Amino acid sequence: MSKQRVIVVGNGMVGHKFIDTIIGSDNHNFEVITFSEESRLAYDRVQLSYFFSGKTADDLALTDAAYYEENGIKFVLNDKVVDLDFPNKNVITASGRVESYDKLVLATGSFPFVPPIPGNDQEHCHVYRTIDDLENITESGKTSKVGVVIGGGLLGLEAGNALVNLGVETHIVEFAPRLMAVQLDDGGGALLKRKIEELGVQVHTQKATTEIVAGEQCRYRMNFADGSFLETDMIIFSAGIRPQDELARSCGIAIGERGGIVINNHCQTNIDDVYAIGECALWENFIFGLVAPGYQMAKVAAAHMQGDKETEFTGADMSTKLKLLGVDVASIGEVHGQTPGAQSYTYHDEIEQVYKRLIVSADGKKMVGAVLVGDVEAYGTLLQLKLNDMDLPANPSVLILPAAGGEEAAGMGVDALPDTAAICSCFDVSKGDIKEAVAAGCCSMGDLKESTKAATGCGGCSALAKQVLDSELASLGFEVNKDICEHFAYSRQELADIIRVKRIKTFSALLAECGSGIGCEICKPAVASILASYWNDYVLEDEHVGLQDTNDNYLGNMQKDGTYSVVPRMPGGEVTPDGLIAIGQIANEFNLYTKVTGGARVDLFGAQLHQLPTIWKKLVDAGFETGHAYGKSLRTVKSCVGDTWCRYGVKNSIGFAIELENRYKGLRSPHKVKFGVSGCTRECAEAQGKDFGLIATDGGWNLYFGGNGGMRPRHGDLFASDLTDEQVRTYIDRIYMFYIRTADRLQRTSVWLENLEGGIEYLRKVVVDDSLNINAELEAEMQNNIAHYQCEWKTTIESPEKLKRFKHFINSQEQDSGLVYKIVRGQRFPLEKEIEVTELV
Amino acid sequence: METSNTTWTNICAANDLTPNAGICALYNEQQVAIFLCKQTNNVYAVANYDPFGGANVLSRGLIGSTQDIIYVASPLYKQRFNLSTGECLDSPDHKLKTYNVRIENDQVQLKEAS
Ligand SMILES: Cc1cc2nc3c(=O)[nH]c(=O)nc-3n(C[C@H](O)[C@H](O)[C@H](O)COP(=O)(O)OP(=O)(O)OC[C@H]3O[C@@H](n4cnc5c(N)ncnc54)[C@H](O)[C@@H]3O)c2cc1C
Ligand code: HEM
Ligand code: SF4
Repeated sequence: MSKQRVIVVGNGMVGHKFIDTIIGSDNHNFEVITFSEESRLAYDRVQLSYFFSGKTADDLALTDAAYYEENGIKFVLNDKVVDLDFPNKNVITASGRVESYDKLVLATGSFPFVPPIPGNDQEHCHVYRTIDDLENITESGKTSKVGVVIGGGLLGLEAGNALVNLGVETHIVEFAPRLMAVQLDDGGGALLKRKIEELGVQVHTQKATTEIVAGEQCRYRMNFADGSFLETDMIIFSAGIRPQDELARSCGIAIGERGGIVINNHCQTNIDDVYAIGECALWENFIFGLVAPGYQMAKVAAAHMQGDKETEFTGADMSTKLKLLGVDVASIGEVHGQTPGAQSYTYHDEIEQVYKRLIVSADGKKMVGAVLVGDVEAYGTLLQLKLNDMDLPANPSVLILPAAGGEEAAGMGVDALPDTAAICSCFDVSKGDIKEAVAAGCCSMGDLKESTKAATGCGGCSALAKQVLDSELASLGFEVNKDICEHFAYSRQELADIIRVKRIKTFSALLAECGSGIGCEICKPAVASILASYWNDYVLEDEHVGLQDTNDNYLGNMQKDGTYSVVPRMPGGEVTPDGLIAIGQIANEFNLYTKVTGGARVDLFGAQLHQLPTIWKKLVDAGFETGHAYGKSLRTVKSCVGDTWCRYGVKNSIGFAIELENRYKGLRSPHKVKFGVSGCTRECAEAQGKDFGLIATDGGWNLYFGGNGGMRPRHGDLFASDLTDEQVRTYIDRIYMFYIRTADRLQRTSVWLENLEGGIEYLRKVVVDDSLNINAELEAEMQNNIAHYQCEWKTTIESPEKLKRFKHFINSQEQDSGLVYKIVRGQRFPLEKEIEVTELV
Repeated sequence: METSNTTWTNICAANDLTPNAGICALYNEQQVAIFLCKQTNNVYAVANYDPFGGANVLSRGLIGSTQDIIYVASPLYKQRFNLSTGECLDSPDHKLKTYNVRIENDQVQLKEAS
């Protein structure tokens, strides 16, 4: 059978999606040609604003010539299709080219609406739709002091942000009484306005521009209907979009009353073999101005062309969650009170600047819509309630009220969701799809992404997708693959055995012994940790450098802006006044944010890479050591003062805590380990909540093991009572080393203990009765570790070779220009980035 | 530093690179992350800016492989980027800028990709 010829008019986001869908279908029988009026192949319009934060046209590209060529797709750029000849099935372009088709797809998108205001066509008046537009805006920005955006909708606010980034004084002029009139109600619009004004953008609502004339202070003057005016050097129109239906209209394809190419559920127009998809298409009298519905249409049209008459386009959800000018905003369902009898709950916190409104049906059982400004945490839960038409909880207000002290925010467990619940809207993956994928053997996020594409679009659903995945795995009692990653067909425990038995000292030796590839971010740190646990080498030996997470590699935890925290050790939480003063002086000198942590020591935040060695040199000189806050290792030993000061104390808990912290400091383990030591049974140090807990009694120490705080708190199990100091040391040495040998990667002692067959009883047999005959080995390994302890920072600052890497640029003394701060409560914090991700939902 | 886009620019000595780890270079006012992979004996250069975390940190990520792809994993939220093409393996919509890089006369050199 000869190939069918498909012509796609328009190579925008949706036209490209259609082509990509065809490429991806098995044994398709199409020859595809696409025409674009623009000078480039499809690019990501949704991320267009990133152009201002340094992305290039290439960064935004969704495809390239090579990909199309490889897949036999022909393309013609810079050539507009100007006529369609239906009887002969031809398309005719501006350059006079004629091509025949068997099937025709119109994906011509939309164009920005410019209100017919006299003077709207001057040199520095722009729209905001294509890369070319943005290039023109940038040019104008260079010669402008003031800029105005006409239109305060979603796109208008994005354009406003662009002006802010260009460094011009920014105004937003809106005809309606509030910003984002389509998505927000009055309360939400008002808060958004306030927040945006705090960022220095001036918002003018209820202003109708009547003309644009020459200005006095600036290039132009905009006159408003109410007699007021505004002067500006440049203008961006963002007053809505109109479907690009000119071609279809001129050729007699059915067009809606207010524009748009009319399509049915298969995306067919009224002309045989002609489809329309994306923003040019009108479905049930509705234009979808978002990309996700366009993608669905692309899939429907591609399916229909290949004989699948079942797949239909049946509308799309227009809920949105965005970060606009740094403000979180979300809107779900119908929010303008058009549902008869609807009632609402409103939560408005003027201090924290949060506005949330939940609109429910007359009987209070179902959700109608919601508006969230300033805090969009509840978006996921609310969207699911709406999309699945689920019953609301008895008291719906909990859905928008903030969680009281420490409670989990109110939400619904994923188990409550029906199978039809859409988890990933970008790729239309439901909870049922994830269940199927799990049943078919998928058992990690990686697998899930590969098999269903869930969470590979905007990524907004990844947490939810993971929860569904985990709950499915758990409910199926799935045997999870224990291989650590694709490079080693072994579990962490097996790798630890290989390393210990074959005395392997480096990652490359292990790879040669039993692995493949070059390793990855999962196996490298895990192996680095095992190597460190057995041989306790200096972690920055050249052989180990490429292995560690940046945290271990630069001996500090990386913070969200790429700077590091500095955490000196304070065994038992004890510090001399002089020590405290030294820390204060250092923090002052480097302007570090300073906080006393729950680990009973002081963390300093915001140190830049090149500052770390100097800061640590000063700390080491003042007598401090690294606190290993960056490593999976012993964190802190929390303690009370015990019988040295306390009226009730029966043993020296602080002294023993310090001894233990010094004994085990620096020891790498599968996960972090915390200790607690209390001087009597009043338990002020909360030792039962730690991995190892000691409580003093008249008869000696009670040793608890396997406690945990955090997400799944657990009290430790009593391992043994009335122990001497010496017994405590011996037992902990053995348990600790046994845990290091046998636990999985990132398995805390609590989980390890729960998974240990025979539990605490079994552990007692191994450690106290030596049932495996390994205690001598375990103790020797621990002795070896203790003997090889070094303060990694001390070693580092003494080695010029190692210090070379503590520099932002290898070839310049300049500092990272990306760091920006704000001052809150007298200290420095990283400034939130504006419009980081415009998420699609 | 004025450099042309079509010629190679010296950045640092070859032994300034740490095997199987990254460094960051300032090139044409851009931050570029350069990696030396010992096993494949290749150098790679991509933009240092992590589009997910919004910080200039990729040179401090771990490199790894999956099938035949050599990638760097962001030290912030672990998204992986193909070092040859800049593509994000976990979110195909994101792509890093890549640069031409080579070692010539013991110098690491960069050039804009054409
Ligand atoms: C700044 C900005 C931010 C956005 N943010 C979001 C967001 O956060 N979330 C969201 O869901 N959506 C967003 N959108 C909307 C989203 O980009 C559109 O929904 C999507 O691009 C529509 O795809 P399309 O293919 O239908 O149209 P387009 O991408 O516009 O593609 C149409 C193409 O066809 C070409 N063309 C038209 N007529 C002809 C002809 N006769 N011959 C040849 N070629 C022709 C055009 O030049 C154009 O290249 C945003 C849009 C902009 C401008
Ligand atoms: C998987 C879960 C966790 C992660 C990823 C995590 C991560 C971290 C990190 C990175 C730091 C160091 C901060 C810095 O120096 O930059 C830290 C410190 C701390 N965490 Fe956690 N943590 C987790 C769970 C917990 C739990 C369960 C608790 C307690 C119940 C806890 C209590 C602390 C304390 C007290 C500190 C400060 C310790 C110190 O002074 O060094 N964390 N955590
Ligand atoms: S645990 Fe006992 S010894 Fe320690 S502070 Fe509390 S009461 Fe005092």
